[in-house]
Formats: sequence, C-alpha cells, structure tokens
Amino acid sequence: MSPSLRFVHVWRRNLRVWRKILIPSILGNFGEPVLYLLAFGYGFGMLVGDLGDMPYMVFLASGIICSSAMFTASFEGMYSAYTRMEVQQTWSAMLGAPLTVADIVFGEVAWAATKGLMSAGAILVVAAVLGLVADARALLALPVLLVTGFTFGACAMVVTAFSKSYDFFLYYFTLAITPMLLLSGVFFPLEQFPAPVQTLAYLLPLAHSVELVRPLLTGGIPTQVLLHLAVIAVYGVAGLMIATIFIRRRLVR
Amino acid sequence: MTRDLRAFQTQSRPGTMTRFGQPLARQMPESQPIPVTPLVSARGLIKQYDGRLVVDHVNLDVMPGECFGLLGPNGAGKTTTLRMLLGLTPPDGGELTVLGEPIPARAREARTRIGVVPQFDNLDPDFTVRENLTTYASYFGLRGETLSRRVEELIEFANLRGRESVPIQALSGGMKRRLTLARALINAPELVVLDEPTTGLDPQARHHIWQRLRMLLSRGTTLIITTHYMEEAERLCDRLAIIDQGRVVACDTPRALIRAHIEPHVLELSGHAATVWLDAQGNVSDIARLHRVGDASLLYSHDPRPLLDRLDSDGLRYLHRPANLEDVFLKLTGHDLRD
Ligand SMILES: Nc1ncnc2c1ncn2[C@@H]1O[C@H](COP(=O)(O)OP(=O)(O)O)[C@@H](O)[C@H]1O
Ligand SMILES: [Mg+2]
Repeated sequence: MSPSLRFVHVWRRNLRVWRKILIPSILGNFGEPVLYLLAFGYGFGMLVGDLGDMPYMVFLASGIICSSAMFTASFEGMYSAYTRMEVQQTWSAMLGAPLTVADIVFGEVAWAATKGLMSAGAILVVAAVLGLVADARALLALPVLLVTGFTFGACAMVVTAFSKSYDFFLYYFTLAITPMLLLSGVFFPLEQFPAPVQTLAYLLPLAHSVELVRPLLTGGIPTQVLLHLAVIAVYGVAGLMIATIFIRRRLVR
Repeated sequence: MTRDLRAFQTQSRPGTMTRFGQPLARQMPESQPIPVTPLVSARGLIKQYDGRLVVDHVNLDVMPGECFGLLGPNGAGKTTTLRMLLGLTPPDGGELTVLGEPIPARAREARTRIGVVPQFDNLDPDFTVRENLTTYASYFGLRGETLSRRVEELIEFANLRGRESVPIQALSGGMKRRLTLARALINAPELVVLDEPTTGLDPQARHHIWQRLRMLLSRGTTLIITTHYMEEAERLCDRLAIIDQGRVVACDTPRALIRAHIEPHVLELSGHAATVWLDAQGNVSDIARLHRVGDASLLYSHDPRPLLDRLDSDGLRYLHRPANLEDVFLKLTGHDLRD
C-alpha cells in the first residue's frame, strides 16, 4: 500500500508538538552546529589556511550545513520516531484512525526532512551573517537540503524498523553516519583521499549533497546535478520502501 | 425505543433478529420489510502465532444497534479478534466484513466509520486533553466548525470540562479512559470497538463508563466490547460470545446462556465444616451438580429444597443465589486459573 496525502496529518502532528517547545527547538537548531562552525573554522582555519582560493571557513560552512541536515534528520528518524512508535504508542493511536503504516512512515520521514532543513537553514543564516555565503543562489541549496534530510530520515527509519531499543542506534551512528561524515568532503576535500576511498564516498549519499551545496554557497555552479540528485534519491526512495515494509511487519501482525 | 424496551425484547425473543432492525427501520418507510444485514460478519476467522491457533474458526454476526460482548479469560484471543476486525492484524484465514467493507482490503475506509478504544490507553502524552481530541480529529480530516463543535461536545461527554488544558499525565486512570472513549467518538462512528474498557478502574469510574456506553446505545450506536468482567457483560451486552482458547464456545443473550447451561439455583459452601458435611451427604448427584474449587463447593440445582432443609437443620452457613453468567463462564471455560 502506498502512502496517501494523509501523511500530512502525521507531519502536522509533529509540527504541533514542535511548536509547543518552539524556543528551545530553535536554539537547539543553532546551538551545536554553530559551535562546530566557529570552533573548527577558527581553530583549523589557522592551521589550514585557504583551500585553493577558498578560505577554510567558507569550505567548512557548506560541509557543516549538509552534515547538519543529515544528523538532524537521522536523530528524528531514530530516537524521536522510536519514542513515538514504542514508548508513546503514537503510531498505534494513528492506526486506529484511518491512517496506514505507509502514511505514518512517509509523514515521519517528511517531518525528519523538515527538521533537517530547519537546522541546515539556521546554519545557512549564520554563515550568511558571517559573510561565508557568496550570493542569493545559496537559496537553491534549500531544496537540496530538504531532499538530503528526506533521505537520511528514510534510512534512519529503516534502522528504527529493526531496533529493539535505543542502544541499537549507536551502531548506525558509529558504522554509517560517522564514517560518512569524515569521508564525504565535509571537513576536508575528498580529493585528498586514495581513489578507493573516494569511490566508497561517492557510493554514499552525503558526498553528493556536499557536491551540490558547496558550489551553490560559494558562487559556483554544481556539475552533474542529476547524477548527484539521483544517488540521494535512490537512497531516499529505497529507505522509504524498506522502512515501510518492515515497520508494517512490526506493527501489523 | 428506550434501552429498557430493547432489553425486554432481547429476553422475550432470544435468537430472533427482528429487534435488531429497529434503529434502522425508524428511518425507513413503515411498510417496507427490511432485510437486516449484520454490521460485522466473520466466517471461519483464523489467526495463528508461532504455529498456534489463537483465533480458531470464529464465526460472528454483530447486528446494527446491539451491544455485542466478547467474554473470555486472558489469552482467549479477544484482542486479536478485535484487531482483525479493524484491519490491524491480517487474518490467516476466513472471511470478514465490517460495515459492508471487506477486511483487511478496505480496512482504512471502514475505520473512518469506526471508533476504537484500545486495551491500553495510547493518548498522546505530548498534548493536553483538548489537543488530544483536536489532533485525533485531524487524523480523520475533520476541520473548522465541525471539529471545534465535536471537541466541545466530547469534553462534556467525558466530563472533563475545566481540565481541557491539562496534560495527559495529570489525569487519573478513569479520566484517561473517559478521554480515550471520547476520542473514539470524534468521527461520529456507527460502530465503536472497546477492548476491556473498564479494566483497572475503580467502581465509580467504571459506572461512569457504563453510563456513557448506555448513552451511546440509546443513540443507536453499535458496540463491540471485550471483557472478563461478568457483571459488565451481564449489564451491558445484548448478546455475548464466550471465547476460550480462540474458539467461540457459546453465543447468545446473557439470560439464554444461563438458562441453557446452568441450573437456576446455586448453593455456595466453603470451609472445613462444609467439606465434612458434604462428604457425609454421600452422593448428591440426583439433587445437585457438585463442583469443588479448593475448599469451596458449588451446588447447582433445579430444586434445591431438600438440600436447603438439610443445611438449615445442620446449621451450616451457605449462600443461596440465582445462577449467573460467571457460572456459565466457569463451566464453559473451566475452573483453572489463566495467566
Ligand atoms: N503479536 C503476537 N505474537 C505472538 N503471540 C501473540 C501476539 N499477539 C497475541 N499473541 C498470543 O495470542 C493469544 C491471544 O492473545 P490476545 O488476543 O491478546 O488475548 P486476550 O485479548 O483475549 O487476552 C495469547 O496467547 C497471546 O500470547
Ligand atoms: Mg486483550
């Protein structure tokens, strides 16, 4: 069964909860990644200097923005979604209403994408204020960040589908998210790695998100746009389908 | 038609279907005979877990406007049966129609017209009382005027006026249950399915829920309720299916069940003196059916006078009462304890 437009009800439910804790939510969006940006940027920036004709801070900003979308959406798709599924039984209440597992999973992934976009957008604002963003074409990065959030939200929901407890999520962070963060051109240019590592990085979605976002923020034009989007989308669609199948198997039995 | 009259008809004509047509018939031209189709119909319904049949060829017909009870010990398969009706558990066999929709194929469509009170409350802890109702309403696509009117009505119905802005955590068990019931009515359902609605509640809270359920019945809403409280089943249900180990062992009105399975008089004896006395009586099987549970004994009889005389002259303490549903239940499902 495919998701219907009713997924919006699931998305809106999460938005309502988020609005109730608006201030801490927004501060949370800005807090940690901004700290990263400033600490790494100034700290490393001194050591590294410029990368080609790009100051390290400018290079780093686009990386941090992408990884923030990844982290936020992943957290939402794991810890928060698991809480709603197991602890709060929010989904079982929804299943008593005319919503299906497909609606719920799609709504949750859409919400994870939204949160990913909000946190990445917050850092984009900070980066712009700090003069790290070239021009208005940076706004084109927003849809890319939304899609990035969707993909990582969907992959996180696959992990959630198989989780027996919160502990399980640590494996995913250690085995998938952290390596991806280090290998995808967030902190250092991908070209510095040996060829096999570069190939591995391009088999994963984050590197493609960075490849799209970085030029848009630094006054350039991304190349191979369709290829990058396609890789991100494949992970997103596959993640959504697998998560739906296994969460259905878990809840409807 | 009042609730009392309905109950009277149930007793006077057990097994006939005419009365079930009444709520429907009121909206129809007088002269037309109306064929009454069941609101819920299950045929040969099966569910298997780990190779074990937990719902075993269940047949059920629930008629419009009635309160239908599923009575059974823990683990009998009541919740599994309800979940199958709602399309939340796929059956392993059999046919199932709810509100004219084939289940599970069109379960979502059916659920737009059903209210659900689950066995364990799943109110949304991120929201207040009112927000729980409005959010749940939004899952049905309700909005605007209709939504706010319904929500206000249901706050009254649940007797939670003054507590609209209270978080769920601050509600007592009874209030939570009332809110769950109110939430189940948000879509003005034709059928409400309640899984052990009063388990764990104190007597006041329980009476409050019963009163609300009778109110729903008087409006013509059909109820399916699971319980292991005999009292609840006997008070509320027009008809009952007694379920044991996944099988329907009996299905009828409470009175008809008692009449069919149990002698009308019951004598309860307990304690050492009673045991000694009973042993001294020798064989009583021509007067009563004896059933021992630990140091308690139950004597079921059509004519208990000889026994009563002997008990009185020997000065024994006993309880003489009419047979009730509990006797039927224990006879049909056995006296052993279930987990
Ligand atoms: N998801 C499940 N997986 C395995 N066994 C289950 C599952 N759900 C219920 N059961 C088993 O099926 C039987 C019937 O359960 P249930 O329908 O909950 O009974 P009741 O509601 O009458 O207490 C029980 O033995 C229970 O352990
Ligand atoms: Mg149960």
